[in-house]
Amino acid sequence: MDIHEYQAKEILANFGVDIPPGALAYSPEQAAYRAREIGGDRWVVKAQVHAGGRGKAGGVKVCSSDAEIQETCENLFGRKLVTHQTGPEGKGIYRVYVEGAVPIEREIYLGFVLDRSSQRVMIVASAEGGMEIEEISAEKPDSIVRATVEPAVGLQDFQCRQIAFKLGIDPALTARMVRTLQGCYQAFSEYDATMVEINPLVITGDNRILALDAKMTFDDNALFRHPHISELRDKSQEDPRESRAADRGLSYVGLDGNIGCIVNGAGLAMATMDTIKLAGGEPANFLDIGGGATPERVAKAFRLVMSDSNVQAVLVNIFAGINRCDWVAEGVVQALKEVQVEVPVIVRLAGTNVEEGQKILAKSGLPIIRARTLMEAAERAVGAWQNDLSENTIVRAVQ
Amino acid sequence: MSIFIDRETPVIVQGITGKMARFHTADMIAYGTNVVGGVVPGKGGQTVEGVPVFDTVEEAVERTGAEASLVFVPPPFAADSIMEAADAGIRYCVCITDGIPAQDMIRVKRYMYRYPRERRMVLTGPNCAGTISPGKALLGIMPGHIYLPGPVGIIGRSGTLGYEAAAQLKEHGIGVSTSVGIGGDPINGSSFKDILHRFEQDDETHVICMIGEIGGPQEAEAAAYIRDHVSKPVIAYVAGLTAPKGRTMGHAGAIISAFGESASEKVEILTAAGVTVAPNPAVIGDTIARVMREAA
Repeated sequence: MDIHEYQAKEILANFGVDIPPGALAYSPEQAAYRAREIGGDRWVVKAQVHAGGRGKAGGVKVCSSDAEIQETCENLFGRKLVTHQTGPEGKGIYRVYVEGAVPIEREIYLGFVLDRSSQRVMIVASAEGGMEIEEISAEKPDSIVRATVEPAVGLQDFQCRQIAFKLGIDPALTARMVRTLQGCYQAFSEYDATMVEINPLVITGDNRILALDAKMTFDDNALFRHPHISELRDKSQEDPRESRAADRGLSYVGLDGNIGCIVNGAGLAMATMDTIKLAGGEPANFLDIGGGATPERVAKAFRLVMSDSNVQAVLVNIFAGINRCDWVAEGVVQALKEVQVEVPVIVRLAGTNVEEGQKILAKSGLPIIRARTLMEAAERAVGAWQNDLSENTIVRAVQ
Repeated sequence: MSIFIDRETPVIVQGITGKMARFHTADMIAYGTNVVGGVVPGKGGQTVEGVPVFDTVEEAVERTGAEASLVFVPPPFAADSIMEAADAGIRYCVCITDGIPAQDMIRVKRYMYRYPRERRMVLTGPNCAGTISPGKALLGIMPGHIYLPGPVGIIGRSGTLGYEAAAQLKEHGIGVSTSVGIGGDPINGSSFKDILHRFEQDDETHVICMIGEIGGPQEAEAAAYIRDHVSKPVIAYVAGLTAPKGRTMGHAGAIISAFGESASEKVEILTAAGVTVAPNPAVIGDTIARVMREAA
């Protein structure tokens, strides 16, 4: 789960990481008022969306007057911000964060991640702050400093000092840097984060170390023990179909194609999407309905897939391991009677009692296209979609 | 014996009184697995599916001589249960539980390393379908009947995709020595590399099938290991060619976040290491059959 910059900053500040003075606003007037409260003569207005690359996309503006702040906010509120991380549909701006501008001397990149090679928490830092980590690792890989945290004892001060010295930070600021790194690590481990990123961490002209931006991502599996973090979830930043799926315990990712997929198991779901592509189609979604393909889950899945207006055929691929194909087939039939599905439905069942399952589908009287293998299913789905397209074209031509 | 379990291996089920655990315990016993007991704190003295329940793993090991354990405990308590098994002297543990916090797993892995190598437990999973040595024993939730006994060792992250591979092999009349699920989580007990090492040493395994997916460095690490240390033919498939970058595809670990983590990059790395890659999931069985014919 992602949170906003201002929320991440508040959390990190509670763990001893210094941040510039700032405040949240829900309207242009409020933003201007907040700026006066903060004081000074230059402020940064930052659109709060769950995505990086806001600066380049016009979501971050430096302002030096009331009028400028209001004007900037008028342009931001209600707009969709499209960055390289949001996809073409962008993410809605409903909150802005106003921050007092600070004199920047140096910019540092600082990230805490779950490193899958060492299977530990890893700190990644670079003196080349301001650039994205992908750019840094492509262009200045030698500038990257890494350290892994021994889980039994946590991050040690000597590791923090090593990082500070390798980044060439003024020795007078070492203790501050140690506090910043320890604060980030404590926030990371205390709240089960999977990522903390401060980019840039800045050293100011008056020798302070401040987090100018902050991003935190949390482990969904650990939210049960952090209810106050769960509360920070912002559904306005999520794909509505994906939040609906998550609320129903299904794992769904919306894509751009036309062939809806309903599959049990994440790996098989990805493999099904790949096979559709190979057969000449494009999947409309990833959807894993989990191990037990109960009729209720299949019905929920159909409703979800059909809520995407781009879907022109649905491919159901269930490998019935523990549950039986006849039972899954009954579920599919029941779901199709409950849910209005006006596009071709292709069903491939495999595993236990596959013959009985096929019989149930055949006897149902429903226009289900059956397939025996994964490849056959994908080819029939793509064929049905193309047929459907040409039929519609004919109808339109006749009209 | 097979790489982890055999007909005689005494097995306990942690969390045996749960609905899922009960069902699969019955299924494992029917398959011929030597299930000798279960563990649920506070429920010691009960009997489930004909086997005794103990309060602690320590007691279960003392009383039954259990060597392997299957963990069905809910996510908030699963890490604790795995560590309990490691401490009690269990040699091989499979964790089925999906949804364990990643930092809990980091602690579990660190904890397991406090024991000297000769008594250190091997963990596979979490979030996996388990391990089966067809015709011998089943320690997991997979449908036993889709596996024939035979020479192919299977390692995979995904449960149902692993079934797909085994079913395709069965169509060809080809069997499996052992199939191991390493699970879909970012922090897992054993990597592809760990299991490849076992299969390379295993006399019953002649060919290895590795089913990977997007996300993480383990496929690339496996490729390097295969190139340098594996003499047996390896066939691989990597799921997720159509998966977009930066999105989690069901499995917590299935997310492309760095170079080398996309399916196409993994295919390239594996091919360069001499692995035969099945171009699509529908031909995993065909590809293995072809490689076996060529090797014969």
